[in-house]
Amino acid sequence: MTALTRPIRRLLGRRETPDNAAPAAFTTPTPPAETTDGASIAVDIPASDPLLAYLQTASGPVDIARLELDSPAVRAMREAGVALVVPLVSQGELIGTLNLGPRLSEQDYSSDDRRLLTTLAAQAAPAIRVAQLVREQAHEAAERERLDQEMRVATLIQQQFLPRELPNLPQWQIAAYYGPARAVGGDFYDFIEMPGGRIGIAVGDVTDKGVPAALVMARTHSILRAEASRSDSPGEILARANALLEPEMPARMFVTCLFAILEPGTGRIVMANAGHNLPYIRTDDGVVELRATGMPLGLMPGIRYEETEGVIAPGSNVLLYSDGLVEAHDPNQEMYGFPRLREAMTVDDAGSELLDRLLETLHQFTGADWEQEDDITLVTLRRASGVSDQAGEAPTMTTAFSIPGEEGNERLAMDRVAAAVVDLGIPPARLERLKTAVSEATMNAIEYGSQGRADVPVDVEVEATPEAVIVRITDRALSGAVPDDAETPDIDLKLAGAQKARGWGLFLIQSMVDSMDVTTDGTTQTVTLTMARKEQTDG
Amino acid sequence: MDERHFGAEVTEIPDEVRMRLSGDLNARADETLAAAYERVVALGPRRVSLDFGNVGYINSTGIALVVRLLAEARRDGRAVRAIGLTEHYREIFRITRLSDFMEIVEGDAA
Repeated sequence: MTALTRPIRRLLGRRETPDNAAPAAFTTPTPPAETTDGASIAVDIPASDPLLAYLQTASGPVDIARLELDSPAVRAMREAGVALVVPLVSQGELIGTLNLGPRLSEQDYSSDDRRLLTTLAAQAAPAIRVAQLVREQAHEAAERERLDQEMRVATLIQQQFLPRELPNLPQWQIAAYYGPARAVGGDFYDFIEMPGGRIGIAVGDVTDKGVPAALVMARTHSILRAEASRSDSPGEILARANALLEPEMPARMFVTCLFAILEPGTGRIVMANAGHNLPYIRTDDGVVELRATGMPLGLMPGIRYEETEGVIAPGSNVLLYSDGLVEAHDPNQEMYGFPRLREAMTVDDAGSELLDRLLETLHQFTGADWEQEDDITLVTLRRASGVSDQAGEAPTMTTAFSIPGEEGNERLAMDRVAAAVVDLGIPPARLERLKTAVSEATMNAIEYGSQGRADVPVDVEVEATPEAVIVRITDRALSGAVPDDAETPDIDLKLAGAQKARGWGLFLIQSMVDSMDVTTDGTTQTVTLTMARKEQTDG
Repeated sequence: MDERHFGAEVTEIPDEVRMRLSGDLNARADETLAAAYERVVALGPRRVSLDFGNVGYINSTGIALVVRLLAEARRDGRAVRAIGLTEHYREIFRITRLSDFMEIVEGDAA
């Protein structure tokens, strides 16, 4: 028997053998059988062969030897020793054939034989169709699993190379957001410490998605770091990166990248651009683009990159971003575009507020059901406006970052907070408790505040004063405020089935840190965790 | 620092069945843990040991999974003990009072 699958329709028969009584046995479509004696042989029927249409409408077994049809498949079947073909039709669709060789008695198939075969085909066809569908679904499920696995790998690679913490510069507020699309793209950003207190800032985007893009992103990241240690010229760094990447770049891939070097003390910024989006600077006079052009990395050898220089005045904001932002679409397929972004930049807000507002504006534009098409990366720099913003404050360390509000990312938040405080000398047991509290609070923020949506970020801010570490986890409160009257978990009740097994989160947080406070302003909810840096008398 | 996939290996040793757990014990561990415990039930030991030696991360959902397993084991009259927990997670098992219902073994095994 033959099962037909699109796009290749393959016909299998069975060769006659002396002790093998006709009719020929059932065969399965794959793998193509060997042509040894007694084994099945394969005949391909192209989708255009007239035999398919003929069998589709045939009312019963078809005498292949006597069939007058100009068909390569018929000729092939005759050569293969097929005498009779019984079409297997399920719900009007030809799903296979039962192929028989000549009877051993060398007599023709009788009308009784044909009736029996017709009945058999009518009963077998639906069952075979079910088996085909089960097999197709299993294939599809395996393919989905493979793609999911690839995406998980790509995400892991990507996350490995994103900075664990943001630069802590007096008079500057720096914030960053990275939101991966479902099919992870190749966005990246990086902050590189350079001699003289300067900071190298890279924002880039690899064409393509998935693991290949993530690998190229990882390679670009490493090259930029290495070259930044050898040169203090953004143009030279990009030119060298291009020279190294170009020979090894996979076909049809390239990297856009903006590389800037900031002098925090003076606000002077020098940058070069390899085909990336131009940064916006907002000053009291309006929003301007800092212009610099150049070919993307990896396209052709010997490229030179011009440098542009500017000064970021006190009170100014700078935005570096990837095209996932400007190329996002609303439900009517209209693109977010540069004019909207420029408009969103005109408002004067502090560094992390700018980032929040840009994301909010974007999500208002795309609507709630938006499936993010591409990675989105945003890096904002804010230079304090003189004495009012930050001056005179006690030296504290602050790190801020955002994570996509998707299940599982609490682990990312936990690891990044741990990395941010690793040098503070917090006793290991306290650090473990802080990590658990951060993980649990972030889980709640993801589950309730973001409702598990990757496009609704959770913001995490870590502040270290000389006495304590304070972690603020802010969500977008999509489910309203998390109730604070959740029942106290009781293991006796849980084991007796009188309380659900879950519900340990808030209890754990409160047990782990010195204090937990929840504040809400209607659109966001912030959980503030405080933990003394030194062991108290709490054991 | 990567999230690690959860695994559970069930082995029969004298007097008990041991579940060697590995990876992250969180919501994603649900099915694997439940399937492993079904294998334990089929073996029908009087005691099951959960070996956490290769588990680096347990969150509140993971705690809930342990509670569920413990409840099932108690219904079946099976003793449960925990091996290989780090000091931090031993503390969490104490404050959640899981340790009132299962023996917590310090160190690798007993």
